[in-house]
Amino acid sequence: MLSRTADNLYWIARYMERADTIARLLEVGSRISLLPSAHGYRSEWDSLLQASGLADAFAKKYGDPVQRNIESFLFFDHDNPSSVASCFKAARENGRIVRTALTSQVWDALNTAFQELKALERAERSTLELGRLTDWVMRHAAMVRGAIDATLLRNDGFNFLNVGYYLERGDNTARLMDVKYYVLLPRVDFVGSGLDNYQWTTLLRAMGAQRAFHSAYGGAVTAAKIADFLILNTQSPRSLATCSAGLVNHLTRVAKAYGRETVAQEQARALLAEVEGTTVDAIFEEGLHEYLTRYIRDAADLALAINDAYLSGEMR
Amino acid sequence: MTQFNEMYLGQGQSQSVRSPYARLQDWVAAMPQELRSLKQAEAEALFRRIGITFAVYGEGGDPDRLIPFDMFPRVFAAAEWAKLEKGIKQRARALNAFLVDVYGRGEIIRAGRIPARLVYQNEAYEKAVAGFVPPKGVYSHIVGVDIVRTGPDEFFVLEDNCRTPSGVSYMLESREIMMRMFPDLFRNNRIEPVDGYSEKLRRTLASVAPKKCKGEPTVVILTPGHFNSAYYEHSLLADLMGVELVEGQDLFVDGEYCWMRTTEGPRRVDVIYRRIDDAYLDPLCFRPDSMLGIPGLMDVYRSGGVSICSAPGAGVADDKAVYTYVPEMVRFYLGEEPILKNVPTWQCGKSDDLKYVLDQLPELVVKEVHGSGGYGMLVGPKCSREEVERFRAKIVENPGNYIAQPTLALSSVPTFVEEGVAPRHVDLRPYCLVGERIELVPGGLTRVALKEGSLVVNSSQGGGVKDTWVLAE
Repeated sequence: MLSRTADNLYWIARYMERADTIARLLEVGSRISLLPSAHGYRSEWDSLLQASGLADAFAKKYGDPVQRNIESFLFFDHDNPSSVASCFKAARENGRIVRTALTSQVWDALNTAFQELKALERAERSTLELGRLTDWVMRHAAMVRGAIDATLLRNDGFNFLNVGYYLERGDNTARLMDVKYYVLLPRVDFVGSGLDNYQWTTLLRAMGAQRAFHSAYGGAVTAAKIADFLILNTQSPRSLATCSAGLVNHLTRVAKAYGRETVAQEQARALLAEVEGTTVDAIFEEGLHEYLTRYIRDAADLALAINDAYLSGEMR
Repeated sequence: MTQFNEMYLGQGQSQSVRSPYARLQDWVAAMPQELRSLKQAEAEALFRRIGITFAVYGEGGDPDRLIPFDMFPRVFAAAEWAKLEKGIKQRARALNAFLVDVYGRGEIIRAGRIPARLVYQNEAYEKAVAGFVPPKGVYSHIVGVDIVRTGPDEFFVLEDNCRTPSGVSYMLESREIMMRMFPDLFRNNRIEPVDGYSEKLRRTLASVAPKKCKGEPTVVILTPGHFNSAYYEHSLLADLMGVELVEGQDLFVDGEYCWMRTTEGPRRVDVIYRRIDDAYLDPLCFRPDSMLGIPGLMDVYRSGGVSICSAPGAGVADDKAVYTYVPEMVRFYLGEEPILKNVPTWQCGKSDDLKYVLDQLPELVVKEVHGSGGYGMLVGPKCSREEVERFRAKIVENPGNYIAQPTLALSSVPTFVEEGVAPRHVDLRPYCLVGERIELVPGGLTRVALKEGSLVVNSSQGGGVKDTWVLAE
């Protein structure tokens, strides 16, 4: 497969997953903003921007974090490369370039999302409720994902798509948790309070994991259970353990098909071993924020290795 | 000017439907207005969904614009097509013989049948390939011959496209969509299929693999990228042939070969079907200022490490000034009489011709020698006096840049328009494949001028497309 094709496939997945996360982030924000806010809190919306790594870009363009502006910025703004609109557009553009590596169902799903986005952009903003928008994003992200799973050949292209998905998803899970723990909660003495639990629940809900969580753990929502669920639990579809295992799986399949291992496989296995070898206690001892930051950095290093080995075409 | 409507014979009371269109008569009569609107909307949705769109150069606006598709097919009887096919293949053979000749000994010039200046001083003449004979002696592997019709037996070649004629995706997709929407039409008419094109194209390209290639050649399509207006076509053809669609950045030269960058490391490329201009092939050879292209490609090409289709330099055969001499080529190289006629052409660079052209300007069609896409042309009878005068000034300033032709009474085909069905002018571009064999699928691209009375069928100027049928015997 052409390196550039693999690169395009990989980015289709990353952009679709990113759009999905941004939509979930907006959902978290709107739910949390329904809480009565108390003196001394940072604006919840501001925290979201911090989490998405987009606070500076937002401040430069809009100034104060007003909800409507944040919605515009995260959803519609083409100047923001991570907005839903930018992600859908980029995913579709990457798809258009590699039409030949996709089935018509996958293309159709990408193209439909883009065409509907254009219709939304023309619609009167007051007619667009945030809830409807976030549902719409998640639906289309799921449709693309479903078309990929249902129709694509299980070849190297499929593996590179999945590598993109798992890298992005792991990174996003880590960031979403990081919002909650490090940014949303202003003071340490709130930990374990009612407010704390409400925020955790909202986070779970945003990840579409609330029911799954309760069926897996039962009882009260605690930080330890949630960390276990989102980091270590191999049943949880968005956990760091699941994402790392997915990366190892698909990179191993690539290595097998090509009859050659690269440093990327080695790094992916190390990432997985790190998650498998730890416990909730160890994570909290290190500090959740520190742990998540380390995961995000290691995953970024892995992304670089994958780029060098397969996507850049420099391998001789 | 009486114009030929391909559906009918005669005029007024004595008018009768020509036999190839007989069943379409009933089809259109049985289609109520509402159904037609519904079908038209369905066709448009299908085109948009498969993503077959067309970006118009220099117009900005929607890059995903659709070319209007007209559902009323254009039909050729088997015998009509047989004659066209012979004529097109003859022309493709002659054009390739000409190209081998002018990059070789130049016999046709020595024999005084075509002026040396027209060839050697032509911008499209590539000195870099003089003396080189490409595999199987083929320069132009896909020859798009633009043909117009003025009567039941009157066909004229308007121009030849020897480099990289586009539009074949419309031939393929129009057929797909028609078969999907009107299966009964295909059950009741015996229509020759066109979907063998991609396999024939692949075979043609593989048949001109370079001499250093042993075994099954690796074929690729080289595209300028997804911003190009014909990108959809490039990717469709790559898909149908099962070959890689590459950009310049995906290829590099190492040693005696050209390679592509893959996830498994470099892979050798044997045949490049390029959809980019000569100038962007190799910056070392053509344009040192260009960031595009593959440095060293021409060296590999000339030493038989890779084949390039169409071969660099093929453009000298489809220049509008050289066009005049194609019938001469047929006689000179093949010893045959041309089956397809040229449109009489005056070259403004010749003083006698120029005088005639300036006298008759309001009656003529004038084109730039190197122009394409229907830009920069004058259709005398359709223009105001001011427009004609403005164009006259341009011709006088640089006569060599223009040719003129009589305004032909282009044939028309019934077309769905707002008020119902009405005749609109059409042309035809079949795609002739030249490799080890010469092949032509029964069909082509029919372009239709959707504006009433208009003679300009270019998609960049508001033209549309129709499915083109060739009936089986």
